Amino acid sequence: MSAPFTIYQPAGEQPSTPKNLPHKGGAANPSAAAIAAQFPGAVLRSHVMWGETTVFVEQSKLHDVVQWLHDDAAQCYEYLSDVTAVEYRDAAQPMEVVWHLRSIKHRRFLRLKVQLAKTEPLEVPSVWDIYKGADWLERETFDMFGIKFAGHPDLRRILLWESFQEGHPLRKDFPLRGRLSRAQQLTNALSANPEARYSMEELSIADAFEELPLDMRARLTGDSRTGE
Amino acid sequence: MATKRTIEVELSTTGLDREGRPQRVPLVSEGGVAVALEAPPALEPDLGGEHMLINIGPQHPATHGVLRLVLELDGETVVRCIPHIGYLHCGFEKIGEYRQYNQIIPWTDREDYLNCIGNNIAFSLGAERLFGIEITPRCTVLRVIAMELSRIASHLVWMGTTGIDIGAYTPFLWSFQERENIYNLLEGWFGARLTTSGSRVGGMAADIPDKWLEGLQGFIRTFPKTLDECDRMLTKNAIWVGRTVGLGVMSPEEAMNYGLSGPMIRASGVAYDVRRDFPYLDYETYDFDVPVGNAGDVYDRYLVRMEEMRQSVRILEQAVKRLPDGPVNVDDARVILPPKHKATSEMESMIHHFKNVMEGPRPPIGETYVAVEAPKGEKGYYFVSDGTSKPARWRIRPPSFVNLSAIPRMVEGHLLSDVIAINASIDIVMGEIDR
Repeated sequence: MSAPFTIYQPAGEQPSTPKNLPHKGGAANPSAAAIAAQFPGAVLRSHVMWGETTVFVEQSKLHDVVQWLHDDAAQCYEYLSDVTAVEYRDAAQPMEVVWHLRSIKHRRFLRLKVQLAKTEPLEVPSVWDIYKGADWLERETFDMFGIKFAGHPDLRRILLWESFQEGHPLRKDFPLRGRLSRAQQLTNALSANPEARYSMEELSIADAFEELPLDMRARLTGDSRTGE
Repeated sequence: MATKRTIEVELSTTGLDREGRPQRVPLVSEGGVAVALEAPPALEPDLGGEHMLINIGPQHPATHGVLRLVLELDGETVVRCIPHIGYLHCGFEKIGEYRQYNQIIPWTDREDYLNCIGNNIAFSLGAERLFGIEITPRCTVLRVIAMELSRIASHLVWMGTTGIDIGAYTPFLWSFQERENIYNLLEGWFGARLTTSGSRVGGMAADIPDKWLEGLQGFIRTFPKTLDECDRMLTKNAIWVGRTVGLGVMSPEEAMNYGLSGPMIRASGVAYDVRRDFPYLDYETYDFDVPVGNAGDVYDRYLVRMEEMRQSVRILEQAVKRLPDGPVNVDDARVILPPKHKATSEMESMIHHFKNVMEGPRPPIGETYVAVEAPKGEKGYYFVSDGTSKPARWRIRPPSFVNLSAIPRMVEGHLLSDVIAINASIDIVMGEIDR
């Protein structure tokens, strides 16, 4: 086998499987206190649950906090595991956007949260410029919850098609079977323009658009894109 | 970004030796046993002319499912790649919010359908942390056995299908033969070959049957031989090397930045393995190595996966030796049903059974993110409980979703035919990506 790459070899003691974790309380990730010291006022609160530290961050400070966690040598959170959102069944509770960060070097795991009141516009800063891996994760969160990520270069639906009109499926007010009846869904699917599989951006490649027949061009420039 | 890299290959054709028997003759320039192949040179300068639009998929066998790639080509060189996913989207996470915890386990079979039992166990681990349950020692070892078997089965499918994509048919047949053996074992244990639904919150659906371990030991004996044969077929094969070296290179920094995981990030030189860095199921007590590549190309991903299968066999050997006796399921009335004969004869057990099945166990209010090292990478389950018997949010962190998001970066500058090899090296499962 190839020789191991020494730079990213995690240092320190071999960790062991966590056992008998308490529901609340326990050893906190030291990064939580470090964020509070570095950014006074940015941390709303933090808690430890089942051995995992959660830090609630002020929405406007989130990007700075993540940037600092990524760059600072003592923190070294170089790995973004996940970006997602949570909506609770209790409609009075705010929505939460969740970032799961890992420091491979220090073997730490940190959860950052931003709470969004449903009356406000659902928008948080994007961390795409820090972690390229956030690209699709943020797009999925936008697709499923309708939360906008300011600064994302290409924020459009990813799992659903662009002309999906029924809203954002993981919101609690979205019914499990969808908003439209089966008959309506079938009608929509049959009436969709099957030629419009490409976005206009893709058709701009290679003059592909100019080579199409005139009638097809007319249909494509109309408003009947499926936009898959 | 091509690397300068030299790999020894054995070029063999059939020749005849002195007695007239067929023999493998190395095609060598200067008396040695190998010739060196170098990585292809860097991208040629733009030759001008029109760019071309090529659509691969969604119904293309080499896209391993229903992935659609729209490629912009300059001649035969990829300038831009726009992936489209979502053709298999069926809303698993939404459905999970309407199901009790044990009822979600069959859904986890259907996301990464090459690693069903691994998903089941990962889900159970997450739910158990949410309930605050510690599983029994026997269950821990049984789960390790199941997860490593599942990892081998998944890597075997990867090797076979990638071989077909690149032009090697024989390893496909050999690897699927061994995969059949694994599925026979799983069938003996859970009664199902593919969609096992084999674990429960707090234990497993069943203990292993009598003499099952003998079958497993037989597999442990025979499997490394098959693996060595595949190794001999591929590792120094000139076609294989020529079609994989220097393709889709990701540097360690990039690999971390893109959030790659599993063999993808380890091939790039980052020794990140959830089993070792954030252990679960007592993986820290097993003696195994984490193979790490240093070039980050398709060939290294192949080497890493081959070595991982060998390490999985090592873990299996140790697990068989240490398997303790005792109960499989925890003694926790919240999540475990009473024995059937009691449920049909005692009033208290019947009520207990009824409440557990109809209402479902209720975890305390809380949240947890539990990640395991799935064959494709870091697979995480994030649960948010509001105290009811159904999760308020159930999130799957799909490793191949994040790995696939780097494909525009990996294919740009490579030839159209290399897109197939690079896409195969990611080891995608569309069921998991689209969910």
